[in-house]
Amino acid sequence: MTLDDILGSLFPDGHEIRKDKGVLLGWATPRCGEKMLVVGVADLTALGVDEAIRLSGHLLASIGRDSGPILVLVDSDSQRMSKRDELLGLNEFLAHLAKVLIHADMSGRPTIGLLYGHSAAGALLATGLATRVLIGLPGAYPAVMDLPSMAKVTKLSMEALEEKAKSTPVFAPGLSNLVQMGAVHMTWSNDVSLADQLKVLLADLPAARDQRDALGKARGGRLKAADIAERVRDLALQAL
Amino acid sequence: MSAPLKDITPAERARSTSFHEASARTRLELLLDAGSFVEFIGPEQREVSPHLKIFDLPEQFDDGIVVGRGRLDGSPVFVAAQEGRFMGGAFGEVHGAKLTGLLRAARQIALIPVLILFDTGGVRLQEANAGELAIAEIMRAVMEARSAGVKVIGLIGGRSGCYGGGGLIAGCCSALAVSEPGRIAVSGPEVIETNRGVEEFDSRDRALVWRTMGGKHRRLLGAADVFADDNVQDFREAALELLGLIGSFGLDSLKAEQERLADRLSRYGACLDAIDIWTAQGIACAETVPELPADQFIALADEIGRTSRDAR
Repeated sequence: MTLDDILGSLFPDGHEIRKDKGVLLGWATPRCGEKMLVVGVADLTALGVDEAIRLSGHLLASIGRDSGPILVLVDSDSQRMSKRDELLGLNEFLAHLAKVLIHADMSGRPTIGLLYGHSAAGALLATGLATRVLIGLPGAYPAVMDLPSMAKVTKLSMEALEEKAKSTPVFAPGLSNLVQMGAVHMTWSNDVSLADQLKVLLADLPAARDQRDALGKARGGRLKAADIAERVRDLALQAL
Repeated sequence: MSAPLKDITPAERARSTSFHEASARTRLELLLDAGSFVEFIGPEQREVSPHLKIFDLPEQFDDGIVVGRGRLDGSPVFVAAQEGRFMGGAFGEVHGAKLTGLLRAARQIALIPVLILFDTGGVRLQEANAGELAIAEIMRAVMEARSAGVKVIGLIGGRSGCYGGGGLIAGCCSALAVSEPGRIAVSGPEVIETNRGVEEFDSRDRALVWRTMGGKHRRLLGAADVFADDNVQDFREAALELLGLIGSFGLDSLKAEQERLADRLSRYGACLDAIDIWTAQGIACAETVPELPADQFIALADEIGRTSRDAR
């Protein structure tokens, strides 16, 4: 699905979302429910300092003033890999964007990520992975690390890596692996209108509590994370 | 005449120990009040990564991170220290979950600060999805803890620097102390060179790496609050100083950070090199900054001031 198809299906009554240099900013009103603030990265655009500051600025102009959920659309490259971005402190700009999204979610503006194309590494951390609920659309192809780069570092052949990827979701790219890890909460269907699926989601949003480790455990993708975190938490609380 | 070892005070030992060279455990031992450290899920529990064996790689019993509690000048603190010598201090499933659990406890208690001694190349490649997600969970846990009033301080001066998702977590902290060898960035020099070519970034040009990502530039830019000399005692004093300075976190902090970062872009967005930025900041002989000894650099940085306070 193209971005226009997705927006048309999500908001059949129209929307005010503008795309400028790969960044999506605007508003839309779902069929049932409150007006939503919408931000995003489109067209496989790399997320650099210039993109990140516009996204966080749009969000901050609304937080504390408006109400309603926030939708984050994602079809990006990874973070922009350049001397200029690092020189200017890209880590702060990406962290800032994630912080704004997390703060919004904690203060009554539930955040929903919609991963409809690619994303990777720092760009995914600052967008989709900083939302309360991350939805995957069929055809999305996130990759924390691509297999050719991994083959280079691990000195294993692509065939060997592909073979290993069959038995574990822990390192290989792809939407289904991120679902199993608990990073992506659910995958929507292309056969039902996205507006209807959004309506169902908005009617029954999960609580603003990070449950991705429990989800990863239940789905068999991350068997240790939830237990280790819980054990450390208990030990730390006993220290009082 | 050298004094017998037992006559050396802990502070003297900490002063003479390079933070950069020390192991994670030594850093913690010398950073905290003597004998106060208690580890949570120590190596004796052998909670290793369940994924490294897929790649026939050696495991480490603490999975490259030490977490626990201790005291700093008598007051309780939670601490986490990454071991840069194991898998480059990279975040894997177990490694990350230990820090997440610590931050969740800190949030619940809402009184005890957290010190994170970063030393990381970012996500552990062999468990990339678990590592990436662990970083996302840590970022969320840092912000939830800060929102509950917890001070979260990052100390950066390790061999592996603070790269990838580590740089994003650092950007979520209430305040950072950094030493000259501590580097903070998202993409590492080799990653930029591999993806964009040597014309974009020559990773073998070490001077370029230091002045683009190193501690001095990060302090002058306002990305870090305090510059520490490369010894454990200086990091201890920096942590104590920051604990006294940090204010509360809320929407105003984020608005101030937006302004701070937007201002940085408009002032220095066209600069091609760190030296151009330092010159634009009004530093005379900016090209000599990399050679300045710590005390002279700190004096210079203090003149520039702290742009980041209450704006992160």
